[in-house]
Amino acid sequence: MTDILTIDSASKRRADQLTLDSVSLTLAPGERVALLGHNGAGKSTLMKLILGLTKLDGGTIRIAGAKPGSTAARLATAFLPEAVSFHKSLTGRDQLALFARLAGVGTTPVAGLLERVGLADAADRRIGTYSKGMRQRLGLAQVLLGKPAVALLDEPTSGLDPISRQELYAIIDELAAQGTAVLVASHALTEVEARTDRIAILRKGKLVADDTLASLSQRAGLPTRLRIRARHGEADRIAADTGGQRINGASVELLCAPEAKMDQLRRFAAMSDAVEDIEMTPPRLEDLYRHYAQETVQ
Amino acid sequence: MIGRILAVARTEALIVRRNRWLFLATLIMLLFALALTFAGSAPTGTLGADRLTVAVASMTTLSVYLAPLLALMMSFDSIAGEADRGSLALLLSYPAGRGEILGGKYLAHLAALAFAMIVGFGTAGAIAGATGGAGTQSVLALLRLIGTSILLGAVFLAFGYMLSALAGSPAAAAGMSAALWLVFVVLYDLGLLGAVVVDSGGYFTQHVFPWVLAANPADAFRLWNMAASPDVALATGMAGVSASLPAWAAPVSLGVWLVAGFAMARTAFRRLEP
Repeated sequence: MTDILTIDSASKRRADQLTLDSVSLTLAPGERVALLGHNGAGKSTLMKLILGLTKLDGGTIRIAGAKPGSTAARLATAFLPEAVSFHKSLTGRDQLALFARLAGVGTTPVAGLLERVGLADAADRRIGTYSKGMRQRLGLAQVLLGKPAVALLDEPTSGLDPISRQELYAIIDELAAQGTAVLVASHALTEVEARTDRIAILRKGKLVADDTLASLSQRAGLPTRLRIRARHGEADRIAADTGGQRINGASVELLCAPEAKMDQLRRFAAMSDAVEDIEMTPPRLEDLYRHYAQETVQ
Repeated sequence: MIGRILAVARTEALIVRRNRWLFLATLIMLLFALALTFAGSAPTGTLGADRLTVAVASMTTLSVYLAPLLALMMSFDSIAGEADRGSLALLLSYPAGRGEILGGKYLAHLAALAFAMIVGFGTAGAIAGATGGAGTQSVLALLRLIGTSILLGAVFLAFGYMLSALAGSPAAAAGMSAALWLVFVVLYDLGLLGAVVVDSGGYFTQHVFPWVLAANPADAFRLWNMAASPDVALATGMAGVSASLPAWAAPVSLGVWLVAGFAMARTAFRRLEP
């Protein structure tokens, strides 16, 4: 499968400091990639480079084979800026119609898209009366215009209530299903975890991770947490046998390395007379993120 | 390309109408034009000109102040405001070039300005003509006033976009626009007046001053209206200056400023990183 977005050792210098230091990242059609990192790690700068809003100081970026900022690249890209706002005198319909005309797709899809993001009732109200979440949804509606090849979403969940977030991720899935490569910059780690195919982590302008969640956790070697619920009176014995820690009377908890996980599970499965249930918690994205993004330079 | 310019223009036209700018600008033009037409009707008899001529002379002076002011007030927010809201980056991610975006905004704002000028000056002129008489010359002078006012507004719209792209925030753009207006419309003339007084009829006053005056778009506008109509020049007391310049000087000055203003606005906009 050929990549639709190719970033090859992209660098950006701002006031003698590298905001982005030789970042390489590729996205295939239909792939959903989360871009994580602290504030100032370079997420927004990377998006602006892809959009051609700011110039590269090194490396190359290609969107469907075209240079950032070229008409072909802009036609292929959709963008949702962080906390976007629009002119308060326009209605949602006016604003979306402008974008539809600029994208060259005509105003036919406007009504349907407004309905898709739940703004059908507010379509003819002025944006000045919209809540933050409604403005965000209007921003999302314009991403769906004209089947983009690449969608860049900068903090798309900010200002959205939980239900709207669910809808947002449904829309992202829809985009991916139609073949759009989606790059999501986000802070909402738990949501990203379930909803993306790959995770890229930026730290101080450097790409420190770019892999699936499973591979990342394997590489990080973060322990899996096993919680064993013992049958009556057996907790002490299990704790002593396995070197685990007894908690709340009937349960034992122990941490095990990823490669030892299967051995441990087999062992507990064999102890069916003493073990009532096993609960397994793999390392969460939050633990991984902390591992990769805060790794101190030693 | 044309489609995208028109798409931007259409949206800007909606904004100008919705936030009542069109209504306010037209109302301001109408009220001031009417007030001046009737306040300025007293000296008619002594000058031997019809009332419309005198009205055009008064309205020319009015337009020197109002056309740049209205134009700057319409344009100062157009780029800085979008950048402030975060919608500029989004707009620029669409396949519309910066020149096309600027062109679209220009088209809409110029149309609004033209509407205000035509209604304001047209109504005042019609009333002056109906009540105090008008001739072919004075009707021509009125049409010239309307046309050149729109042109003067166009120049200052371009200045407004340039400042809006340079300023970085709507508040800074507003401040810079006010300063620009003050310099071109008030301070420039005061400075020249001082120089002429000091020079007391020497080489500067005879040969340099008229050209320096014509180099300011606001004064070029005034000179154009004076030079083309001796009656109006007489009524405003600027016959001397306009006689010492070739007829093409003022139109060329405004034309050059229009092109240069738009080019500067485009350059400033192109350098802007949202």
